[in-house]
Amino acid sequence: MYSRAYKMLVSLPPLLWVGLFLLLPYALMFAHSFWAVRDGVIVHDWNLHNYATLFSKPVYVEVLLRTMRIAASVTLSSLLLGYPLAYYLSFHAGARKELLYQLVIVPLWVSYLVRGYAWKTILGGEGVLNGFLQYLHLTHEPVAFLLYSPFAVVLVLTHIYTPFVFLPIYAALEHIPRPLVEASQDLGAGSLQTFLRVILPLSIPGLLAGATFAFVLSLGDFLAPLLVGGASGTMIANVVQSLFGAAFDWPLGAAISVGILILTISLLFLSERLEKRWSFK
Amino acid sequence: MNGHAANRRAPFLKIYAALVFIFIYLPVVVLVLYSFNRDGVGGFPPRHLTLDWYRRLFADASIWDAVVNSLMVAAGSVALSLTLGLLAALALDRANFHGKALFRRLVLLPLILPGIITGLSLLMFAVFAGAQLSLFTVFLGHGTALISVATTEIFAGLQKMDRAQEEASLDLGATPWQTFWRISLPNLKLSLIAAALLIFTLSMDEIAVTFFLIGRDNTLPLEIWGRLRRGITPEINAVSTLIFALSVGLIVIWYRMRASALGAEAQEFLERP
Repeated sequence: MYSRAYKMLVSLPPLLWVGLFLLLPYALMFAHSFWAVRDGVIVHDWNLHNYATLFSKPVYVEVLLRTMRIAASVTLSSLLLGYPLAYYLSFHAGARKELLYQLVIVPLWVSYLVRGYAWKTILGGEGVLNGFLQYLHLTHEPVAFLLYSPFAVVLVLTHIYTPFVFLPIYAALEHIPRPLVEASQDLGAGSLQTFLRVILPLSIPGLLAGATFAFVLSLGDFLAPLLVGGASGTMIANVVQSLFGAAFDWPLGAAISVGILILTISLLFLSERLEKRWSFK
Repeated sequence: MNGHAANRRAPFLKIYAALVFIFIYLPVVVLVLYSFNRDGVGGFPPRHLTLDWYRRLFADASIWDAVVNSLMVAAGSVALSLTLGLLAALALDRANFHGKALFRRLVLLPLILPGIITGLSLLMFAVFAGAQLSLFTVFLGHGTALISVATTEIFAGLQKMDRAQEEASLDLGATPWQTFWRISLPNLKLSLIAAALLIFTLSMDEIAVTFFLIGRDNTLPLEIWGRLRRGITPEINAVSTLIFALSVGLIVIWYRMRASALGAEAQEFLERP
Protein backbone atom coordinates (compact mmCIF):
# COMPACT_ATOMS: atom_id res chain seq x y z
CA MET A 1 0.00 0.00 0.00
CA TYR A 2 2.93 2.38 0.58
CA SER A 3 4.97 3.32 -2.46
CA ARG A 4 8.71 2.84 -2.77
CA ALA A 5 9.25 6.58 -2.66
CA TYR A 6 7.26 6.86 0.58
CA LYS A 7 9.31 4.10 2.19
CA MET A 8 12.58 5.71 1.09
CA LEU A 9 11.43 9.09 2.32
CA VAL A 10 10.60 7.84 5.80
CA SER A 11 13.57 5.50 6.28
CA LEU A 12 16.46 7.38 4.74
CA PRO A 13 16.69 10.48 7.00
CA PRO A 14 16.57 8.60 10.33
CA LEU A 15 18.95 5.93 9.01
CA LEU A 16 21.50 8.51 7.92
CA TRP A 17 21.11 10.57 11.09
CA VAL A 18 21.40 7.61 13.42
CA GLY A 19 24.34 6.25 11.43
CA LEU A 20 26.19 9.56 11.63
CA PHE A 21 25.29 10.71 15.14
CA LEU A 22 24.97 7.42 17.03
CA LEU A 23 26.70 4.56 15.24
CA LEU A 24 29.79 6.57 14.36
CA PRO A 25 30.23 7.99 17.91
CA TYR A 26 29.85 4.54 19.50
CA ALA A 27 32.29 3.14 16.93
CA LEU A 28 34.74 5.93 17.80
CA MET A 29 34.49 4.93 21.46
CA PHE A 30 35.31 1.37 20.46
CA ALA A 31 38.23 2.48 18.28
CA HIS A 32 39.68 4.71 21.01
CA SER A 33 39.84 1.74 23.36
CA PHE A 34 42.51 0.22 21.09
CA TRP A 35 44.57 3.40 20.74
CA ALA A 36 47.23 4.91 22.99
CA VAL A 37 48.38 8.22 24.45
CA ARG A 38 51.95 9.26 23.82
CA ASP A 39 53.36 12.58 25.06
CA GLY A 40 49.88 13.88 25.73
CA VAL A 41 48.62 13.07 22.23
CA ILE A 42 46.27 10.27 21.21
CA VAL A 43 47.99 8.09 18.60
CA HIS A 44 46.17 5.59 16.37
CA ASP A 45 48.47 2.75 17.30
CA TRP A 46 46.20 -0.31 17.53
CA ASN A 47 46.88 -2.42 20.62
CA LEU A 48 45.27 -4.30 23.50
CA HIS A 49 47.27 -2.54 26.16
CA ASN A 50 44.28 -0.67 27.67
CA TYR A 51 42.38 -3.87 28.26
CA ALA A 52 45.45 -5.48 29.82
CA THR A 53 45.79 -2.49 32.19
CA LEU A 54 42.15 -2.78 33.09
CA PHE A 55 42.52 -6.34 34.32
CA SER A 56 46.01 -6.11 35.79
CA LYS A 57 45.73 -2.95 37.91
CA PRO A 58 44.04 -3.84 41.22
CA VAL A 59 42.61 -0.29 41.52
CA TYR A 60 40.27 -0.79 38.57
CA VAL A 61 39.19 -4.27 39.61
CA GLU A 62 38.56 -3.00 43.13
CA VAL A 63 36.43 -0.05 42.00
CA LEU A 64 34.53 -2.29 39.60
CA LEU A 65 33.77 -4.75 42.41
CA ARG A 66 32.65 -1.91 44.67
CA THR A 67 30.43 -0.60 41.88
CA MET A 68 28.82 -4.01 41.46
CA ARG A 69 28.29 -4.25 45.22
CA ILE A 70 26.64 -0.81 45.30
CA ALA A 71 24.49 -1.66 42.26
CA ALA A 72 23.46 -4.97 43.85
CA SER A 73 22.54 -3.22 47.12
CA VAL A 74 20.51 -0.64 45.22
CA THR A 75 18.71 -3.38 43.29
CA LEU A 76 17.93 -5.34 46.44
CA SER A 77 16.75 -2.30 48.40
CA SER A 78 14.57 -1.04 45.54
CA LEU A 79 13.00 -4.49 45.23
CA LEU A 80 12.38 -4.65 48.99
CA LEU A 81 10.65 -1.27 48.83
CA GLY A 82 9.04 -1.51 45.40
CA TYR A 83 7.63 -5.05 45.46
CA PRO A 84 5.52 -4.81 48.66
CA LEU A 85 4.29 -1.39 47.53
CA ALA A 86 3.23 -2.77 44.15
CA TYR A 87 1.63 -5.78 45.85
CA TYR A 88 -0.28 -3.55 48.26
CA LEU A 89 -1.54 -1.32 45.45
CA SER A 90 -2.54 -4.19 43.20
CA PHE A 91 -4.28 -6.39 45.77
CA HIS A 92 -5.28 -4.27 48.77
CA ALA A 93 -5.62 -0.60 47.82
CA GLY A 94 -9.21 -0.86 46.59
CA ALA A 95 -10.70 2.37 45.27
CA ARG A 96 -7.60 4.45 46.02
CA LYS A 97 -5.49 2.36 43.64
CA GLU A 98 -5.44 4.86 40.77
CA LEU A 99 -4.59 7.83 42.99
CA LEU A 100 -1.82 5.97 44.81
CA TYR A 101 -0.39 4.82 41.49
CA GLN A 102 -0.18 8.43 40.30
CA LEU A 103 1.50 9.34 43.59
CA VAL A 104 4.28 6.85 42.88
CA ILE A 105 4.75 8.28 39.38
CA VAL A 106 4.91 11.99 40.26
CA PRO A 107 8.39 11.92 41.89
CA LEU A 108 9.71 10.42 38.64
CA TRP A 109 9.26 13.88 37.21
CA VAL A 110 11.37 15.50 39.87
CA SER A 111 14.82 16.15 38.53
CA TYR A 112 17.48 13.55 39.36
CA LEU A 113 19.85 16.28 40.42
CA VAL A 114 17.27 17.91 42.66
CA ARG A 115 16.58 14.64 44.46
CA GLY A 116 20.27 13.95 44.97
CA TYR A 117 20.65 17.48 46.26
CA ALA A 118 17.69 17.09 48.64
CA TRP A 119 19.33 14.01 50.19
CA LYS A 120 22.53 15.97 50.59
CA THR A 121 20.68 18.60 52.62
CA ILE A 122 19.09 15.85 54.72
CA LEU A 123 22.21 13.80 55.45
CA GLY A 124 24.87 16.50 55.87
CA GLY A 125 26.71 17.33 59.12
CA GLU A 126 24.65 20.53 59.41
CA GLY A 127 21.76 18.80 57.70
CA VAL A 128 18.11 18.26 58.45
CA LEU A 129 18.49 14.77 59.92
CA ASN A 130 21.29 15.81 62.28
CA GLY A 131 19.24 18.85 63.26
CA PHE A 132 16.30 16.58 63.95
CA LEU A 133 18.34 14.14 66.05
CA GLN A 134 19.76 16.98 68.13
CA TYR A 135 16.34 18.57 68.48
CA LEU A 136 15.15 15.31 70.04
CA HIS A 137 18.32 15.22 72.17
CA LEU A 138 19.19 11.81 70.76
CA THR A 139 22.62 13.02 69.78
CA HIS A 140 24.64 16.05 70.84
CA GLU A 141 27.08 16.19 67.99
CA PRO A 142 26.48 15.80 64.27
CA VAL A 143 26.63 12.20 63.05
CA ALA A 144 29.21 12.40 60.30
CA PHE A 145 29.12 9.02 58.60
CA LEU A 146 25.76 9.64 56.91
CA LEU A 147 27.03 11.70 54.02
CA TYR A 148 30.03 10.94 51.77
CA SER A 149 29.89 7.16 52.04
CA PRO A 150 28.81 4.19 49.90
CA PHE A 151 25.74 4.10 52.17
CA ALA A 152 24.69 7.56 50.98
CA VAL A 153 25.16 6.52 47.33
CA VAL A 154 23.00 3.42 47.87
CA LEU A 155 20.34 5.50 49.62
CA VAL A 156 20.14 8.15 46.87
CA LEU A 157 20.13 5.61 44.03
CA THR A 158 17.53 3.48 45.83
CA HIS A 159 15.35 6.55 46.18
CA ILE A 160 15.70 7.29 42.47
CA TYR A 161 15.13 3.75 41.19
CA THR A 162 12.38 2.49 43.53
CA PRO A 163 9.58 3.95 41.33
CA PHE A 164 11.29 2.46 38.23
CA VAL A 165 11.35 -0.96 39.91
CA PHE A 166 7.79 -0.53 41.10
CA LEU A 167 6.36 0.08 37.60
CA PRO A 168 7.08 -3.26 35.84
CA ILE A 169 6.26 -5.23 39.00
CA TYR A 170 2.94 -3.44 39.35
CA ALA A 171 2.18 -4.06 35.67
CA ALA A 172 2.97 -7.79 36.10
CA LEU A 173 0.79 -8.05 39.23
CA GLU A 174 -2.08 -6.28 37.49
CA HIS A 175 -1.91 -8.84 34.68
CA ILE A 176 -2.35 -11.83 36.97
CA PRO A 177 -5.84 -13.22 36.29
CA ARG A 178 -7.74 -12.84 39.56
CA PRO A 179 -9.57 -16.18 39.15
CA LEU A 180 -6.20 -17.92 39.59
CA VAL A 181 -5.79 -16.28 42.99
CA GLU A 182 -9.36 -17.14 43.95
CA ALA A 183 -8.91 -20.73 42.83
CA SER A 184 -5.82 -21.06 44.97
CA GLN A 185 -7.68 -19.73 48.00
CA ASP A 186 -10.77 -21.82 47.33
CA LEU A 187 -8.63 -24.90 47.15
CA GLY A 188 -7.43 -24.20 50.68
CA ALA A 189 -4.14 -22.40 50.23
CA GLY A 190 -3.40 -19.73 52.82
CA SER A 191 -2.45 -16.17 51.89
CA LEU A 192 1.25 -16.89 52.18
CA GLN A 193 0.99 -20.08 50.15
CA THR A 194 -1.05 -18.31 47.48
CA PHE A 195 1.54 -15.58 47.33
CA LEU A 196 4.53 -17.91 47.14
CA ARG A 197 3.07 -20.41 44.69
CA VAL A 198 0.81 -18.32 42.47
CA ILE A 199 1.46 -14.59 42.68
CA LEU A 200 5.24 -14.51 43.08
CA PRO A 201 6.04 -16.90 40.18
CA LEU A 202 3.68 -15.00 37.88
CA SER A 203 5.28 -11.67 38.77
CA ILE A 204 8.85 -12.83 38.08
CA PRO A 205 9.10 -11.24 34.61
CA GLY A 206 8.18 -7.83 36.07
CA LEU A 207 10.54 -8.36 38.96
CA LEU A 208 13.38 -9.24 36.59
CA ALA A 209 12.71 -6.21 34.40
CA GLY A 210 12.73 -3.89 37.42
CA ALA A 211 15.84 -5.46 38.92
CA THR A 212 17.75 -5.27 35.63
CA PHE A 213 16.77 -1.65 35.24
CA ALA A 214 17.96 -0.68 38.73
CA PHE A 215 21.21 -2.64 38.42
CA VAL A 216 22.16 -1.40 34.95
CA LEU A 217 21.34 2.24 35.65
CA SER A 218 23.21 2.21 38.98
CA LEU A 219 26.20 0.53 37.35
CA GLY A 220 26.89 3.49 35.06
CA ASP A 221 25.99 6.29 37.45
CA PHE A 222 28.60 8.95 38.14
CA LEU A 223 26.52 11.80 39.56
CA ALA A 224 25.32 10.30 42.84
CA PRO A 225 28.88 9.36 43.87
CA LEU A 226 30.10 12.88 43.04
CA LEU A 227 27.23 14.40 44.98
CA VAL A 228 27.10 12.25 48.12
CA GLY A 229 29.69 9.48 47.73
CA GLY A 230 32.96 11.08 48.81
CA ALA A 231 36.23 9.23 48.23
CA SER A 232 34.96 5.92 49.62
CA GLY A 233 31.89 5.99 47.37
CA THR A 234 33.73 6.36 44.05
CA MET A 235 32.27 4.19 41.28
CA ILE A 236 33.59 2.95 37.94
CA ALA A 237 31.96 5.73 35.92
CA ASN A 238 33.82 8.27 38.08
CA VAL A 239 37.08 6.61 37.05
CA VAL A 240 36.05 6.96 33.40
CA GLN A 241 35.11 10.57 33.94
CA SER A 242 38.48 11.42 35.50
CA LEU A 243 40.34 9.59 32.73
CA PHE A 244 38.53 11.78 30.23
CA GLY A 245 39.15 14.87 32.34
CA ALA A 246 42.23 15.70 34.37
CA ALA A 247 44.03 12.36 33.86
CA PHE A 248 43.72 12.68 30.06
CA ASP A 249 43.84 9.04 29.07
CA TRP A 250 40.91 8.74 26.67
CA PRO A 251 41.93 5.32 25.34
CA LEU A 252 41.93 3.74 28.82
CA GLY A 253 38.68 5.54 29.66
CA ALA A 254 37.19 4.24 26.41
CA ALA A 255 38.29 0.68 27.26
CA ILE A 256 36.52 0.88 30.63
CA SER A 257 33.44 2.33 28.91
CA VAL A 258 33.44 -0.54 26.44
CA GLY A 259 33.63 -2.88 29.45
CA ILE A 260 30.58 -1.20 31.05
CA LEU A 261 28.79 -1.31 27.69
CA ILE A 262 29.43 -5.04 27.23
CA LEU A 263 28.38 -5.76 30.82
CA THR A 264 25.17 -3.72 30.38
CA ILE A 265 24.20 -5.34 27.10
CA SER A 266 24.92 -8.88 28.38
CA LEU A 267 22.79 -8.26 31.47
CA LEU A 268 19.91 -6.93 29.36
CA PHE A 269 20.19 -9.90 27.03
CA LEU A 270 20.26 -12.36 29.93
CA SER A 271 17.31 -10.71 31.62
CA GLU A 272 15.31 -10.75 28.37
CA ARG A 273 15.97 -14.49 28.07
CA LEU A 274 14.97 -15.17 31.67
CA GLU A 275 11.82 -13.04 31.37
CA LYS A 276 10.75 -15.11 28.37
CA ARG A 277 11.33 -18.33 30.27
CA TRP A 278 9.25 -17.16 33.21
CA SER A 279 6.54 -15.50 31.26
CA PHE A 280 3.02 -16.76 31.65
CA LYS A 281 1.43 -19.04 28.98
CA MET B 1 -12.74 -12.97 45.55
CA ASN B 2 -11.65 -13.73 49.05
CA GLY B 3 -10.72 -10.08 49.38
CA HIS B 4 -12.04 -9.54 52.88
CA ALA B 5 -9.88 -12.24 54.39
CA ALA B 6 -6.88 -10.82 52.56
CA ASN B 7 -7.64 -7.28 53.64
CA ARG B 8 -7.95 -8.26 57.27
CA ARG B 9 -4.44 -9.60 57.24
CA ALA B 10 -2.98 -6.56 55.53
CA PRO B 11 -2.36 -3.95 58.29
CA PHE B 12 1.38 -4.57 58.29
CA LEU B 13 1.48 -4.31 54.54
CA LYS B 14 -0.46 -1.07 54.74
CA ILE B 15 1.96 0.42 57.25
CA TYR B 16 4.89 -0.75 55.14
CA ALA B 17 3.40 0.85 52.02
CA ALA B 18 2.87 4.10 53.95
CA LEU B 19 6.53 4.04 55.02
CA VAL B 20 7.67 3.55 51.44
CA PHE B 21 5.56 6.54 50.43
CA ILE B 22 7.19 8.60 53.19
CA PHE B 23 10.61 7.54 51.92
CA ILE B 24 9.68 8.53 48.36
CA TYR B 25 8.29 11.92 49.37
CA LEU B 26 10.63 12.88 52.22
CA PRO B 27 13.23 14.63 50.04
CA VAL B 28 10.58 16.52 48.09
CA VAL B 29 8.91 17.75 51.28
CA VAL B 30 12.23 18.77 52.83
CA LEU B 31 13.22 20.54 49.65
CA VAL B 32 10.04 22.60 49.46
CA LEU B 33 9.93 23.34 53.20
CA TYR B 34 13.49 24.63 53.39
CA SER B 35 13.03 26.88 50.37
CA PHE B 36 11.01 29.06 52.79
CA ASN B 37 13.50 28.80 55.67
CA ARG B 38 15.29 32.05 56.52
CA ASP B 39 18.25 30.36 58.23
CA GLY B 40 19.32 28.32 55.25
CA VAL B 41 19.31 24.62 54.47
CA GLY B 42 19.60 22.32 57.48
CA GLY B 43 18.84 22.44 61.16
CA PHE B 44 15.52 21.46 62.67
CA PRO B 45 12.81 22.57 62.80
CA PRO B 46 12.68 25.09 59.98
CA ARG B 47 11.61 28.46 61.40
CA HIS B 48 11.26 32.09 60.33
CA LEU B 49 9.42 31.45 57.10
CA THR B 50 10.42 33.85 54.34
CA LEU B 51 10.16 34.42 50.61
CA ASP B 52 13.63 35.96 50.51
CA TRP B 53 15.17 33.04 48.63
CA TYR B 54 12.59 33.36 45.90
CA ARG B 55 13.25 37.10 45.72
CA ARG B 56 16.96 36.43 45.43
CA LEU B 57 16.29 33.80 42.80
CA PHE B 58 14.31 36.20 40.64
CA ALA B 59 17.13 38.73 40.84
CA ASP B 60 19.77 36.13 39.90
CA ALA B 61 20.69 36.75 36.28
CA SER B 62 22.90 33.69 35.73
CA ILE B 63 20.10 31.31 36.80
CA TRP B 64 17.72 32.93 34.32
CA ASP B 65 20.31 32.79 31.54
CA ALA B 66 20.63 29.07 32.29
CA VAL B 67 16.82 28.67 32.25
CA VAL B 68 16.64 30.34 28.84
CA ASN B 69 19.48 28.12 27.55
CA SER B 70 17.71 25.01 28.83
CA LEU B 71 14.42 26.05 27.28
CA MET B 72 16.09 26.63 23.91
CA VAL B 73 17.89 23.29 24.01
CA ALA B 74 14.70 21.49 25.10
CA ALA B 75 12.54 23.12 22.41
CA GLY B 76 15.13 22.33 19.74
CA SER B 77 15.46 18.74 20.96
CA VAL B 78 11.70 18.26 20.84
CA ALA B 79 11.63 19.46 17.21
CA LEU B 80 14.61 17.36 16.14
CA SER B 81 13.80 14.11 17.90
CA LEU B 82 10.09 14.30 17.16
CA THR B 83 10.74 14.72 13.42
CA LEU B 84 13.31 11.94 13.21
CA GLY B 85 11.40 9.75 15.68
CA LEU B 86 8.23 10.06 13.61
CA LEU B 87 10.10 9.06 10.45
CA ALA B 88 11.90 6.23 12.25
CA ALA B 89 8.62 4.92 13.66
CA LEU B 90 7.00 5.05 10.21
CA ALA B 91 10.01 3.26 8.75
CA LEU B 92 9.90 0.54 11.41
CA ASP B 93 6.15 0.15 10.97
CA ARG B 94 5.93 0.23 7.17
CA ALA B 95 9.22 -0.27 5.36
CA ASN B 96 11.46 -3.29 5.08
CA PHE B 97 15.17 -2.78 4.69
CA HIS B 98 18.42 -4.53 5.45
CA GLY B 99 19.52 -4.11 9.05
CA LYS B 100 16.08 -3.10 10.31
CA ALA B 101 16.50 -5.08 13.55
CA LEU B 102 19.92 -3.52 14.09
CA PHE B 103 18.51 -0.06 13.39
CA ARG B 104 15.76 -0.56 15.98
CA ARG B 105 18.28 -1.58 18.65
CA LEU B 106 20.68 1.21 17.76
CA VAL B 107 17.98 3.87 18.08
CA LEU B 108 17.06 2.56 21.54
CA LEU B 109 20.65 2.33 22.82
CA PRO B 110 20.78 5.83 24.41
CA LEU B 111 17.72 4.90 26.46
CA ILE B 112 19.35 1.76 27.83
CA LEU B 113 23.03 2.68 28.14
CA PRO B 114 24.36 4.77 31.02
CA GLY B 115 24.34 8.45 30.01
CA ILE B 116 28.10 8.73 30.48
CA ILE B 117 28.76 6.32 27.59
CA THR B 118 26.51 8.16 25.14
CA GLY B 119 27.88 11.50 26.38
CA LEU B 120 31.51 10.50 25.94
CA SER B 121 30.90 8.91 22.53
CA LEU B 122 29.32 12.15 21.34
CA LEU B 123 32.21 14.12 22.83
CA MET B 124 34.70 12.01 20.85
CA PHE B 125 32.61 12.55 17.75
CA ALA B 126 32.56 16.32 18.29
CA VAL B 127 36.35 16.36 18.70
CA PHE B 128 36.72 14.08 15.67
CA ALA B 129 34.52 16.41 13.60
CA GLY B 130 36.38 19.46 14.90
CA ALA B 131 33.21 20.99 16.36
CA GLN B 132 33.37 23.63 19.09
CA LEU B 133 31.47 22.54 22.23
CA SER B 134 28.47 24.81 22.80
CA LEU B 135 24.73 24.77 23.39
CA PHE B 136 24.46 23.58 19.80
CA THR B 137 26.40 20.37 20.51
CA VAL B 138 24.22 19.87 23.62
CA PHE B 139 21.13 20.28 21.44
CA LEU B 140 22.47 17.75 18.90
CA GLY B 141 23.24 15.33 21.74
CA HIS B 142 19.83 15.63 23.39
CA GLY B 143 17.97 15.59 20.10
CA THR B 144 19.79 12.44 18.95
CA ALA B 145 19.62 10.55 22.26
CA LEU B 146 15.91 11.30 22.66
CA ILE B 147 14.96 9.95 19.21
CA SER B 148 14.67 6.73 21.24
CA VAL B 149 11.80 8.13 23.30
CA ALA B 150 9.99 9.62 20.30
CA THR B 151 10.32 6.41 18.27
CA THR B 152 9.01 4.20 21.09
CA GLU B 153 5.99 6.42 21.80
CA ILE B 154 5.04 7.01 18.16
CA PHE B 155 5.63 3.40 17.13
CA ALA B 156 3.20 2.31 19.88
CA GLY B 157 0.67 4.82 18.49
CA LEU B 158 1.12 3.49 14.94
CA GLN B 159 0.54 -0.08 16.09
CA LYS B 160 -2.83 0.92 17.53
CA MET B 161 -3.84 2.94 14.45
CA ASP B 162 -6.50 1.71 12.07
CA ARG B 163 -4.90 1.47 8.61
CA ALA B 164 -8.26 1.24 6.86
CA GLN B 165 -8.63 5.01 7.12
CA GLU B 166 -5.38 5.60 5.26
CA GLU B 167 -6.31 3.04 2.62
CA ALA B 168 -9.71 4.66 2.13
CA SER B 169 -8.11 8.08 1.78
CA LEU B 170 -5.68 6.82 -0.87
CA ASP B 171 -8.44 4.91 -2.70
CA LEU B 172 -10.59 8.03 -2.80
CA GLY B 173 -7.85 9.84 -4.67
CA ALA B 174 -5.97 11.76 -1.98
CA THR B 175 -2.22 11.97 -2.55
CA PRO B 176 0.08 10.22 -0.04
CA TRP B 177 1.09 13.69 1.14
CA GLN B 178 -2.55 14.73 1.82
CA THR B 179 -3.20 11.39 3.49
CA PHE B 180 -0.22 11.91 5.77
CA TRP B 181 -1.35 15.39 6.87
CA ARG B 182 -5.06 14.71 7.09
CA ILE B 183 -5.21 11.11 8.34
CA SER B 184 -1.91 9.84 9.77
CA LEU B 185 -0.84 12.90 11.75
CA PRO B 186 -4.22 13.65 13.41
CA ASN B 187 -4.46 9.99 14.42
CA LEU B 188 -1.03 10.20 16.04
CA LYS B 189 -1.82 13.41 17.91
CA LEU B 190 -1.82 11.88 21.39
CA SER B 191 1.41 9.93 20.88
CA LEU B 192 3.09 13.03 19.47
CA ILE B 193 2.04 15.20 22.41
CA ALA B 194 3.05 12.52 24.92
CA ALA B 195 6.44 12.15 23.24
CA ALA B 196 6.94 15.94 23.10
CA LEU B 197 6.17 16.38 26.81
CA LEU B 198 8.45 13.52 27.76
CA ILE B 199 11.32 14.73 25.57
CA PHE B 200 10.94 18.28 26.85
CA THR B 201 11.09 17.20 30.49
CA LEU B 202 13.95 14.77 29.94
CA SER B 203 15.97 17.39 28.07
CA MET B 204 15.33 20.05 30.75
CA ASP B 205 16.64 17.62 33.36
CA GLU B 206 19.43 15.92 31.38
CA ILE B 207 22.85 16.08 32.95
CA ALA B 208 25.00 13.02 32.08
CA VAL B 209 25.19 13.73 28.34
CA THR B 210 25.16 17.53 28.80
CA PHE B 211 28.09 17.27 31.20
CA PHE B 212 30.45 16.27 28.38
CA LEU B 213 29.05 18.38 25.55
CA ILE B 214 28.63 21.73 27.25
CA GLY B 215 30.73 24.72 26.21
CA ARG B 216 30.76 28.08 28.01
CA ASP B 217 27.00 28.55 28.49
CA ASN B 218 25.32 26.48 31.18
CA THR B 219 21.99 24.70 31.07
CA LEU B 220 19.93 24.93 34.27
CA PRO B 221 20.96 21.52 35.70
CA LEU B 222 24.62 22.30 35.06
CA GLU B 223 24.27 25.76 36.62
CA ILE B 224 22.77 24.10 39.71
CA TRP B 225 25.49 21.46 39.63
CA GLY B 226 28.19 24.14 39.55
CA ARG B 227 26.64 25.89 42.56
CA LEU B 228 26.35 22.65 44.51
CA ARG B 229 30.08 22.23 44.35
CA ARG B 230 30.51 25.67 45.89
CA GLY B 231 28.09 25.01 48.75
CA ILE B 232 24.36 24.86 49.21
CA THR B 233 21.84 27.68 49.62
CA PRO B 234 18.02 27.67 49.81
CA GLU B 235 18.08 29.48 46.47
CA ILE B 236 18.64 26.06 44.91
CA ASN B 237 15.69 24.75 46.93
CA ALA B 238 13.61 27.62 45.58
CA VAL B 239 14.48 26.95 41.93
CA SER B 240 13.98 23.19 42.43
CA THR B 241 10.58 23.81 44.00
CA LEU B 242 9.57 25.88 40.97
CA ILE B 243 10.77 23.16 38.58
CA PHE B 244 8.83 20.57 40.58
CA ALA B 245 5.65 22.68 40.49
CA LEU B 246 6.08 23.15 36.74
CA SER B 247 6.54 19.40 36.15
CA VAL B 248 3.46 18.57 38.20
CA GLY B 249 1.55 21.23 36.25
CA LEU B 250 2.64 19.58 32.97
CA ILE B 251 1.50 16.15 34.19
CA VAL B 252 -1.90 17.52 35.21
CA ILE B 253 -2.34 19.19 31.80
CA TRP B 254 -1.36 15.94 30.11
CA TYR B 255 -3.89 13.88 32.08
CA ARG B 256 -6.64 16.40 31.41
CA MET B 257 -5.84 16.29 27.71
CA ARG B 258 -5.73 12.52 27.60
CA ALA B 259 -8.95 12.25 29.58
CA SER B 260 -10.78 14.64 27.25
CA ALA B 261 -9.42 12.89 24.16
CA LEU B 262 -10.51 9.52 25.53
CA GLY B 263 -13.86 11.09 26.44
CA ALA B 264 -14.31 12.31 22.85
CA GLU B 265 -13.44 8.86 21.52
CA ALA B 266 -15.95 7.24 23.84
CA GLN B 267 -18.60 9.76 22.75
CA GLU B 268 -17.92 9.00 19.12
CA PHE B 269 -18.16 5.30 19.80
CA LEU B 270 -21.52 5.67 21.57
CA GLU B 271 -22.96 7.85 18.81
CA ARG B 272 -22.09 5.33 16.12
CA PRO B 273 -25.23 3.86 14.57
